[in-house]
Amino acid sequence: MPAPIRLRELIRTIRTARTQAEEREMIQKECAAIRSSFREEDNTYRCRNVAKLLYMHMLGYPAHFGQLECLKLIASQKFTDKRIGYLGAMLLLDERQDVHLLMTNCIKNDLNHSTQYVQGLALCTLGCMGSSEMCRDLAGEVEKLLKTSNSYLRKKAALCAVHVIRKVPELMEMFLPATKNLLSEKNHGVLHTSVVLLTEMCERSPDMLAHFRKLVPQLVRILKNLIMSGYSPEHDVSGISDPFLQVRILRLLRILGKGDDDSSEAMNDILAQVATNTETSKNVGNAILYETVLTIMDIKSESGLRVLAINILGRFLLNNDKNIRYVALTSLLKTVQTDHNAVQRHRSTIVDCLKDLDVSIKRRAMELSFALVNGNNIRGMMKELLYFLDSCDPEFKADCASGVFLAAEKYAPSKRWHIDTIMRVLTTAGSYVRDDSVPNLIQLITNSVEMHAYTVQRLYKALLDDISQQPLVQVASWCIGEYGDLLVSGQCEEEEPIQVTEDEVLDVLEGLLVSNLSTPVTRGYALTAIMKLSTRFTSVNRIKKVVSIYGSSIDVELQQRAVEYNALFKKYDHMRPALLERMPIMEKTASNGPTEIVQTNGEAEPSVVEAKHPPPVTQPTNQANDLLDLLGGNDVVPVIQTTVPTKPASAGGELLDLLGDLSLSGIPPMTAYNKNGLKIDFTFERANPNPNIAVITIHASNSTEADMTDFVFQAAVPKTFQLQLLSPSSNVVPTLNQGTVTQVIRVLNPQKQQLRMRIKLTYTHKGSAVQDLAEVNNFPPQSWQ
Amino acid sequence: MIKAILIFNNHGKPRLIRFYQYFHQAAQDTSYCKAEDMQQQIIRETFHLVSKRDDNVCNFLEGGSLIGGSDYKLIYRHYATLYFVFCVDSSESELGILDLIQVFVETLDKCFENVCELDLIFHMDKVHYILQEVVMGGMVLETNMNEIVAQVEVQNRMEKSEGGLSAAPARAVSAVKNMNLPEIPRNINIGDINIKVPSLSPF
Repeated sequence: MPAPIRLRELIRTIRTARTQAEEREMIQKECAAIRSSFREEDNTYRCRNVAKLLYMHMLGYPAHFGQLECLKLIASQKFTDKRIGYLGAMLLLDERQDVHLLMTNCIKNDLNHSTQYVQGLALCTLGCMGSSEMCRDLAGEVEKLLKTSNSYLRKKAALCAVHVIRKVPELMEMFLPATKNLLSEKNHGVLHTSVVLLTEMCERSPDMLAHFRKLVPQLVRILKNLIMSGYSPEHDVSGISDPFLQVRILRLLRILGKGDDDSSEAMNDILAQVATNTETSKNVGNAILYETVLTIMDIKSESGLRVLAINILGRFLLNNDKNIRYVALTSLLKTVQTDHNAVQRHRSTIVDCLKDLDVSIKRRAMELSFALVNGNNIRGMMKELLYFLDSCDPEFKADCASGVFLAAEKYAPSKRWHIDTIMRVLTTAGSYVRDDSVPNLIQLITNSVEMHAYTVQRLYKALLDDISQQPLVQVASWCIGEYGDLLVSGQCEEEEPIQVTEDEVLDVLEGLLVSNLSTPVTRGYALTAIMKLSTRFTSVNRIKKVVSIYGSSIDVELQQRAVEYNALFKKYDHMRPALLERMPIMEKTASNGPTEIVQTNGEAEPSVVEAKHPPPVTQPTNQANDLLDLLGGNDVVPVIQTTVPTKPASAGGELLDLLGDLSLSGIPPMTAYNKNGLKIDFTFERANPNPNIAVITIHASNSTEADMTDFVFQAAVPKTFQLQLLSPSSNVVPTLNQGTVTQVIRVLNPQKQQLRMRIKLTYTHKGSAVQDLAEVNNFPPQSWQ
Repeated sequence: MIKAILIFNNHGKPRLIRFYQYFHQAAQDTSYCKAEDMQQQIIRETFHLVSKRDDNVCNFLEGGSLIGGSDYKLIYRHYATLYFVFCVDSSESELGILDLIQVFVETLDKCFENVCELDLIFHMDKVHYILQEVVMGGMVLETNMNEIVAQVEVQNRMEKSEGGLSAAPARAVSAVKNMNLPEIPRNINIGDINIKVPSLSPF
């Protein structure tokens, strides 16, 4: 068998390949040769073969069959073999392969080898890919080497210790004694890796952090020496003495000084010194300065120092070097929460960065601009941001649009401005707007009652121009459906009213239905809008025709809607006006609070629907549910405010009361509390369709001669239950039983356990505040079975 | 921590790959082939991101989707035909890494005497050894160029005394370097061409 070719020959051969296929062929041939050479257990050429294998691995070809060979090389006595063997182990092996455990013994022996370079190789490999088992076994050896006087080995041992701690955090204690005199080393390499080790330990354990705080004076001294010492050729990088070490120390100081007054004070001087004395003409100086600024911002520094830091960042922003500007923007973003005013001073520079050509800088500037928007600068900032939105890359548009909406919502100076801003975003970046903004916008528009005419007119005009941007089209068609009457009657005050006929409006909406650009969701919006116009416009026949056409649409969603609307025209025409009434003002629901029962639409809807029309008939109720359903997602579900006493709740309660205040569902009422003239009765009914929910209405009456004002009823139930308190009818319990305060409680009892409740009553009686707690245990069995 | 160090040329061909962390795909597949494929994919994606950049923009990029994650950044420098890309997390100072790349390249320059792409191609193992003295386990080990060069030299001498990787005399190494190869190296040392002038006979 001829000697395997040398690495260089292989590389040369592969480079002559002109196509990928040719290269693959050559490599496969060589792999075969290598494999047979491995099989022959040839010691002389093994290192050469493994080197070739590593080269092929780099090009992307599988090399796993070389793993065992690497282990054999590591076990060899020759330095060359060990060197390439360890490299192969680091590149080809990792802890996912079981083979790697075989290395443990070799590494152990090599850690105690007589040649320091062999020891170095072993430390390097362990520190790169040692698994937790290996680390556990060999931690003792590493710890020993950490105490050696050989600086070459000491620095490697320190980094290896970091890796061991990352893999097996419990071993951190073991390295503590060895760290005692690490910082008194003269060798910068050892100093550097020691600081890394200390940083890692401090970050992992608050105890260690407290322990190492006493090192702050020593660190400050080392830093001082670095700055004050003259030119030292071995550590010099562009005129600054060992900037890497300076940066590391600054970082460690940051961690040690955070939240601790004494340490922060010890550092103040040196930080000020570094901040003022560092040369900023080259990148190295700026790196140190940047790290100093970050440290100043994080520790408890005095205010003068903080102002200095922000000004340095401001100077960075004006630097020509893009890297510096990027880094400055990143750190300003971190500090804008805590030092808002100081960062505001640099606002104009930041806004200029929006126009930079560099994508990374633009992104940072955009995030920072949104963070800086407040009530005072909203108009100016928004102009810039909208201009940015027009001209930026598509990858930014979604984030920018969401940011604009959020800012506008928080700080809009006027409703008209708000709506104008939204219109601008929708027309320029309409297709990039996030899906959840459509319901949010609809809600916003509904709530700005005086702007309805203006809004619908502008949206209509926008639709005439362009129907390709779906979010815009959806919002516009919803608005036209709701406020079409305002559009046609030309009532707009804010701007010149346009003359539009009903037919023109219907043309536009029908155009949406047939257009190829409309998504199915948009078509749904359009159809519903047309339907709503049947109560607001006079040309009902045309609408009837459109609706009946879509009764046979291929799209199932459209078909269903059309069929139901048809039914509305035919059988339930008397319901139509009420169902298609204007939407009321919607309160935005936050995500369901912990005390609320998560209601399905079936549960929540009936109480709302009852507010709108008298007798609850099941079928129209379902249609009303669907109607409300169709109007786009859960956000739009109108929920009764639970803060203000509203009529619907008690209307529902009274309704049910009327229908049978003598046990509607056969459950007898009970007295829950009767003390000091305050009597609280509970009446029960079952909420249908969910039999696990008991609906309790409390009736509070007052038999004393004085009113009980500020009456608040609170209840708590055991963990297996869930409770929802609706709003009370009032919070004054009138004197001498002249009236009652009612409140509805819903209790979810999925496990059918015995109902128990603890109630708390607070009220003001005859000028003094009264508070009482009571347990209610006498619930009739039917209420919870 | 440095997650990965990649060196590739202007066409995306890898010249050195070193990963200090394994980027496991969601599949958590332990089949051997996947690791290499994954690495090549990362190289391709990184090259794609980095080659699009102009020369006058900043040297920092958010990571791609494969090595992405909000914590990872790509810091790169472009020297003639090579891109040096360091993928780091937030515990490293960005400007500091830029300096580190410069130190690494200058060290290569000292070790190889006016280093060019060919040196990296033919001495991949040597470059790994030099890198090992600078970065260990994803953390910076030594930044003093003279130290690094000295240590590497000692180890190279030890290897040579045993016969070296190719088990061939050292002269073969320099012979290969001077060979006429299709690609033009970045530095052509015209300065030391000795034109022998024949001794002119006195008129």
